[in-house]
Amino acid sequence: MSNHIHLPEGSIEKQTTTLNLGPTHPATHGVFQNILELDGERVMEAVSTVGYIHRAFEKIAERRPLYQITPLTDRLNYCSSPINNMGWHLTCEKLLGVKTPKRVDYLRIIIMELARISDHLICNSIVGVDSGAYSGFLYLMQFRELIYEIYEEVCGSRLTTNIGRIGGFERNFTNTAFEKLEKFLDPKHGYPAQLKEFENLFTRNRIFMERTIGCGPISAERAMNYGFTGPNLRAAGVDYDVRVHTPYSSYEDFDFTIPVGNTGDCYDRFLVRNEEMWQSLSIINQAYKKVQEFKGAEAEVYHADAPAYYLPEKKDVYTKMEALIYHFKIVMGETDIPAGEVYNSVEGANGELGYYLISDGGRTPYRLHFRRPCFIYYQAYPELIKGGMLSDAVITMSSLNLIAGELDA
Amino acid sequence: MLLAIDFALIIEKLILIVVVVSASLVIAMYTTFAERKVAAILQDRRGPNRAGPFGLLQPLADGLKLFFKEEIIPNFSSKFLFILGPALAMLTAVMTSAVVPWGDKVQLFDREINLQIADINIGILYVFGVVSMGVYGIMIGSWASNNKFSLLGGLRAASQIISYELAMGISLIALLMVTGTLSLKEMVVQQQAGHWNIIYQPLGFLIFLICAFAECNRTPFDLPEAENELIGGYHTEYSSMKLGFYLFSEYINMFISSVIMATLFFGGYDMPFVNEANFTPNIAAIIGVAALMTKVILFIFLFMWVRWTIPRFRYDQLMHLGWRILIPLALFNMLVTGAAVLYFNR
Repeated sequence: MSNHIHLPEGSIEKQTTTLNLGPTHPATHGVFQNILELDGERVMEAVSTVGYIHRAFEKIAERRPLYQITPLTDRLNYCSSPINNMGWHLTCEKLLGVKTPKRVDYLRIIIMELARISDHLICNSIVGVDSGAYSGFLYLMQFRELIYEIYEEVCGSRLTTNIGRIGGFERNFTNTAFEKLEKFLDPKHGYPAQLKEFENLFTRNRIFMERTIGCGPISAERAMNYGFTGPNLRAAGVDYDVRVHTPYSSYEDFDFTIPVGNTGDCYDRFLVRNEEMWQSLSIINQAYKKVQEFKGAEAEVYHADAPAYYLPEKKDVYTKMEALIYHFKIVMGETDIPAGEVYNSVEGANGELGYYLISDGGRTPYRLHFRRPCFIYYQAYPELIKGGMLSDAVITMSSLNLIAGELDA
Repeated sequence: MLLAIDFALIIEKLILIVVVVSASLVIAMYTTFAERKVAAILQDRRGPNRAGPFGLLQPLADGLKLFFKEEIIPNFSSKFLFILGPALAMLTAVMTSAVVPWGDKVQLFDREINLQIADINIGILYVFGVVSMGVYGIMIGSWASNNKFSLLGGLRAASQIISYELAMGISLIALLMVTGTLSLKEMVVQQQAGHWNIIYQPLGFLIFLICAFAECNRTPFDLPEAENELIGGYHTEYSSMKLGFYLFSEYINMFISSVIMATLFFGGYDMPFVNEANFTPNIAAIIGVAALMTKVILFIFLFMWVRWTIPRFRYDQLMHLGWRILIPLALFNMLVTGAAVLYFNR
C-alpha cells in the first residue's frame, strides 16, 4: 500500500522521532542506552551504546593474584555469579594442572545448576513483567530466595558469592545446606511445583504468545555469525552446549537433554529457558544422589590437594611449618603461576562464558580476557528490533537476558 | 419560574451531591488499598500492613505523602495546560456519578428522597459524553509535558479510547433496543426482580466489559501508562498531587464503570430473590444500595484479578482487537438483537 503513496520530501508524515531508550529507562534493567529512530511506534533505526559501567576488570586482573580475581568474576553476570566463580576456578585449575575429586565436581555442579535456575527464572519472569504480567515474577522470586539461602549456607554471601576456591570449596557443605536443597527440590512444595504454576500462567497464554511469537527473531545462521551461544543460540535451533561438547567438572556423568527451539524469537527463548530449568532440576537431583553415595572419609572431601594454592586450615597454620608458609604466600599473593596460555569455557547461564588466561610465570596473570556472551548479544540487538514496535524492543531486550555487568566487564 | 424553586429540593440535591462525590472519593481511595491487598494476595505477599490496623490508614498516608511532595513543573512545558490536564481528568471522572441511581427512594423528614442526583432521560448519553471528555485530560497533560514518552502515552490513550468507544457504543445500541429507554433509572426499574439485561444481552455485556477495561486503561489495555515501555506514560513528568489526580481519577473511573456495568446489565440496586415490598422503604433502599455495592465490589475485584494475571497487548494488537474483532461483533450483536426484537414484538 505504502508504495503507492508518494509523500513530498520534508512532509510531516516522513519525519521520524529520535528517542533515547535508556540509559536510565526502567525497562532496560541496567545501564543500556539505545538511540531509536521512531516512525510513530515503529523502530526504523537503532544504535546501541556500550560502556556505561565499564570497570576495567581485565586490566585490574593483571595486578591481582589468581584467588583475588574471583570477586571480579562475581560482578560479570551477577544473576548467576557462582557459575562465573566456578568457571574461573576451573580455568586456574587447568593452568595449574590441579585435578579435583569427584565429590567436589558434583558439589560444584549442584551450585552451578542452582545458579542457572536462578538466572533463567529471573530472565523469564522479567519477560513476563515487561509484557505487563507482574505476578509470575514474584512467584519465582520466592524460590530465588531459597537458592540464595543455599549459597549463604555454603559460602556466606548471597548475590556476589565469591563461592569456592581454586581446588574446591572453602568448607564442606553443612547438613543445613542439604536440608535447604531438599526443600528447594521438593516436588510438591518446592520449586518444581512453582515452575509448573508459572508455566501455566504464561506458556499457553494467548496474549503472551501474541506478544512474543515472532518478536525479535534471529535465524540460526545470523546467530552463529554473531557468535551467539547458550539459550539464545539454542532457541534459534543450534544444539550447542559447552556442558556436552567439552564437558567440564564431570558433566559427562549426568543424563540430560539440550532443549532447542527453531525460530529464535522471544517465545522460543522463553520455552528453551523454561525447559533448561527442568533439566537443571534433574541434574541437581542426580548430583545430589551421587553426593549422598560418598560415605565416611570420602564424604569429608571438599577440596583437591593443591597446597600451593588452596589456603590451609587455620589449626594447621598455627601448628605446622609448611602450612604457615603456604598461608603466608597465598595471602600475600606471592605464589608464582606457571607460565602458559589457557582458554577454558563453561556454559554460563547466558551462554559460553570463556576465560582466556596468559601467564608469563609471574604472580599475576599477564593478560586475562573474559568472553562475555551478553556483549555479543548486544551487538545483534539493533538488528533484532529494527522494524518492530517499541514494545517489541523492550521485550527483546529482557528476553536476550542482557545484563549490564556482563556486557561491560 | 425562578421564584418557584423548591429550596428544600436544592438543599436535598446539594447534600446528595456532597455525599455521592465524597463517597466515590473515599471508595476510590480504598480501591487503591484494595488493589494493593488483592495484588498481595495473588502474589503470595502480605501487602501494606503498617499504617493502622491491617494497613487501613495506608490510603491516607499515600495521599498525605503526595500532598507533601515537591511540585515540579518542567521548564519547557505549557504551564497552563500542564495544570489543566490532571484537573480535567479528575473533573470528568467525578462528574459521571451524577446520573447513577444508587438506590430506591428513602423517607426522611417527611420527604421522599430519590437516591439519584439527576434522573435525566438521556442518562446513558450523558455518561458517554462525560467519559469521552476524560481523554482530553490525558491528551492535554501528555502533550503539555513536552516529553516524548508522555506524548507516546497520550497518543496511545487517545487512539485507544476513541477506538473502543465505538464498539462500546454499538454494543449499547443493542441494549437500548431491548430496554427502549435512555434513562438509567428506568433501566433499573425494568430489571427489578431478576430480569437482568445480562440474560438478554450476554454478548453485548462481554463487549461492553472489554471496552470498559480499555476505557479505564486497565491491563491488558494499560498501554498509555505501560511503565516498562513508556516509563510512566502520560504522567511521566507529573509529581505531587497532580500525579495523584491522574492515578486517582483512574480509580474513580474504575469505580464508576463498575457502577455503570452493574446498572446496565446486572439490575443496578436490584437484589435477586428478595421481594423489596416486604420491607419498609428505608430498609429496602439500604438493601438496594448494599446490593449495588456488592456488585460493584465484585466488578472491581475482577478488574484487579485480570490486572495481576495477564500481560498487556501490543499497540497494533490492541487496534486489531478493537476494529476488526469487537466492532464487527458488536454490529452482529446489534443485528441479531434487532431481528429478535422485531420478531418477538410482532
